[in-house]
Amino acid sequence: MNDHDPKISDPGYPTGAPENVSRRRFLLASAGITAGSLVLGFGLSVAPNKAAAAAQKMPPGANVPAFLELRKDGKVRLLSPFNEGGQGVFTAMAQIVGEEMDVAPDSFIVENAPAGSDYLVVYGKMRITGGSMSVRTSYDTMRKLGAAARQMMLEAAAKKLDAPVSDLSTEPGKVVHKASGKSLGYGELAGDALDQEVPSPDSVTLKDPKDFKWIGEPVKRVDVYEKSTGKAIYAMDAKVDGMLHAAVQHAPRLGLKPGDISNLDEVKGMAGVMSVHKLDGAVAVVAERFWDAKTAVEAAKVDWQEPSEDEKSKIRYMPADFSTEEFAKQLANTKGDGTEAESEGDIASGFDGAAKTVDATYQSQYLHHAQIEPASTLARFNEDGSLDIWLPNQAPEQFQAQIADAAGIKPEQVKVNSPMLGGFFGRHFLYPAANPFPQAVQLAKEVGKPIKVIWTREQEFLRDPLRPMAAVRFRGALDDQGMPVALEAISACEGPTEALNGHNPDKVDAMAVEGLTGKSYAIPNRRIAQNYVENPTSLAYWRSVGHSMNDFFYEAFLDEMADAGGQDPYELRMKLLEGNERLTNLLKAVGDLSGGWKRGPFDAEDGTRRARGVAMASPFGSEAAAIAEVSIQDGQIVVHDIWDVLDPGSIVNPAIIKAQIMGAATLGTSEALIEEVAYKNGEPTARNFDYYPILGGARAPRIHAKVIESGAKMGGVGEPPLPAVPPAIANAVSVLTGQRVRSMPMDKLDLKKG
Amino acid sequence: MKLKINGKSVDVQSGPDTPLLWVIRDELGMTGTKFGCGIAQCGACSVLLDGTVQRSCVLPVSAVGDSEVTTIEEIENDPVGKRVVEAWVDKEVPQCGYCQSGQVMAATSLLKSNDKPTEDDITAAMTNLCRCGTYNAINDTIASIAGTDAAKAGDAQ
Ligand code: FES
Ligand code: FES
Repeated sequence: MNDHDPKISDPGYPTGAPENVSRRRFLLASAGITAGSLVLGFGLSVAPNKAAAAAQKMPPGANVPAFLELRKDGKVRLLSPFNEGGQGVFTAMAQIVGEEMDVAPDSFIVENAPAGSDYLVVYGKMRITGGSMSVRTSYDTMRKLGAAARQMMLEAAAKKLDAPVSDLSTEPGKVVHKASGKSLGYGELAGDALDQEVPSPDSVTLKDPKDFKWIGEPVKRVDVYEKSTGKAIYAMDAKVDGMLHAAVQHAPRLGLKPGDISNLDEVKGMAGVMSVHKLDGAVAVVAERFWDAKTAVEAAKVDWQEPSEDEKSKIRYMPADFSTEEFAKQLANTKGDGTEAESEGDIASGFDGAAKTVDATYQSQYLHHAQIEPASTLARFNEDGSLDIWLPNQAPEQFQAQIADAAGIKPEQVKVNSPMLGGFFGRHFLYPAANPFPQAVQLAKEVGKPIKVIWTREQEFLRDPLRPMAAVRFRGALDDQGMPVALEAISACEGPTEALNGHNPDKVDAMAVEGLTGKSYAIPNRRIAQNYVENPTSLAYWRSVGHSMNDFFYEAFLDEMADAGGQDPYELRMKLLEGNERLTNLLKAVGDLSGGWKRGPFDAEDGTRRARGVAMASPFGSEAAAIAEVSIQDGQIVVHDIWDVLDPGSIVNPAIIKAQIMGAATLGTSEALIEEVAYKNGEPTARNFDYYPILGGARAPRIHAKVIESGAKMGGVGEPPLPAVPPAIANAVSVLTGQRVRSMPMDKLDLKKG
Repeated sequence: MKLKINGKSVDVQSGPDTPLLWVIRDELGMTGTKFGCGIAQCGACSVLLDGTVQRSCVLPVSAVGDSEVTTIEEIENDPVGKRVVEAWVDKEVPQCGYCQSGQVMAATSLLKSNDKPTEDDITAAMTNLCRCGTYNAINDTIASIAGTDAAKAGDAQ
């Protein structure tokens, strides 16, 4: 949506062909803005200018005109390096840039930036929306960007007012000349400000945090009205003139190839069908209307062919006899000490002097991302051979490179449009066979028209890469006081990163074991290791990645050790964290928030028998602690309340962080109680929400969220509130049943037997 | 075939079996009503049929008949819908927003039939899925519209 924007000055980036009004109107609409308001306010600074020229030497995040467009009405359009998908990052970016630029966050219109080197602001060298990294890795860069923009405002105003910059100051949205009482709104400076020389990021002065107006405040989300009225535009909603729809039928198992379609003539004759296509691992039907395409493609009887041995070796091939039940056993029975990920003290001597030992094996399940917006992609080739593409993604530059490959053109000929995400949770990275763009590109080429591919929920679930399964063998040793003196955890697992990039036998995938590693408890002898076990399924990052299962394993096993040593699990954690001010404060805070720690079981006012569990996690540079209160009714776990406290060090928007805590705790509850992707005979047993249910409102716990600012280095917020939740639930359930909970989902446990 | 939608009568060309959802999105070009599952599980496609919430992904357009269809595009012109949207904005219910058109439609339908829903009424009526986990915010916001939220004050600390 930026091809008409002359300020994208990366020399490698195409400026695109001239556009007609209806296309522009679409592009504007795709930003969630009604065309009317935008046309009125359209006050662009001009093309190749001093600033753009200077910017070619600038590091990512410094080229102000690549990020900002000033409008005559005082609105500021900000191209965000991070995509919005519910985590509130558009608002956070407006707060951070606005703080230093002196523009109120509600004056911003925020969109996802196109692909381009200016936007590689994650640690100054890459760009993804994920890993709970957006704000914490770009905070200083984006503040400096705002400060540089303010400096340019002052320079432009100085010329207009014929006054030295030193006599000028700013107030929200305007430059003020105190001596004369004159002021100029930023909108009035729209034509000139971005032509000023762009100050180097090192030369700008940042605000003293005590003077912050918006950072740290519960500023309203910039997009909440659009999202409440159906006006927000997602990839699913993208459209261009002359576009046709395509629906696909994926091979039931990954790796199979389409052979003959035995009823091809029948399919071709179905209502609305324009053409039928064979794709890599799929067949597709193109029609003007999606429903016609879907109905026809689902009717196609495809003779799916096994790949050759050579082909199998190059892909993740799903064998016809794969079942998750067997695979779970295989993981649990994986022997060996594994490759070491973390070690402290001497594990053998820790066990030698032990008064008591505890052993247990824990297991996790495959999970779907199950974002409510299924994947889709709209592809349009232009007359000049370039390609416009609209697709959900968490990494525009990475997608651009692969899309170019698929289309057989240069990356700079691919214009990646990244509409708002209808949830993501790790779904929209580049995963083999999991993104519809190769299909859209091929179909657009074959048909010669813009094509929009929509995956139905069934096709989405068939190609959604999964949160890994793991089995972790624990053993722990206690001294005669009941204190843990040794802990070993060996995980049989394949991490998402090695699944994507290849397994290195000498190394551990850190994301396979995070949450077993990185614990702060003072257990003197520890050893964490991984046994690599390859999966036939595609694997993915899923909200909080390895932590989503590993903190469940570890924190539930820690309760086992507490029980074995005759200690209260909350008190034991307090002891193991002695001297760690940040974590003891956090643990105390979650206890206080819940009205004071009590494990139970106890009788609640409504007559139910309840218990509480506690757990902690240290994910993505933040610290989290949760307490869950549960009962068991009619053999089913009811999670009544979750108290979830997050300490991300320092923060930008407390209201958005609380919303993230609510969301993460809800997802953690869903994972813990309900969700599991099961395979039988090489195929998933569920293809939609009927057989893969996710937590609905009726079983959603009441979540009590609290944010602590310890002042430590800024950590993530989107994922960190999740990992402590499943073990807190498991630990509470164990109190009620007297049985340890060592696997998820807990709805599979037979609780009647207790 | 004629369809009464958002106060207008429109001519519809799609086949009679086409679900109302796809007529709204593809043929009529209104994308506020969302596709999530296609099998009446998620509620992203919720619209009002004569003021009552319906999942449009499983409703053949031919079955709509004379009923009046209201989509999210029109919801602010309904007095109850307007209050729902205002409260949704004020309480900042949405996260990713993808499910929220459907949530607003379901809440509007509930409040049209019951202006003082109890907590159980709300839970029974609000069955749309939200992967971002806005359930507490949805329930609290409906209670605040109904004025039944006094007991809840200060709960979401
Ligand atoms: S799309 Fe209709 S209920 Fe999910
Ligand atoms: S707000 Fe994202 S699915 Fe509900």
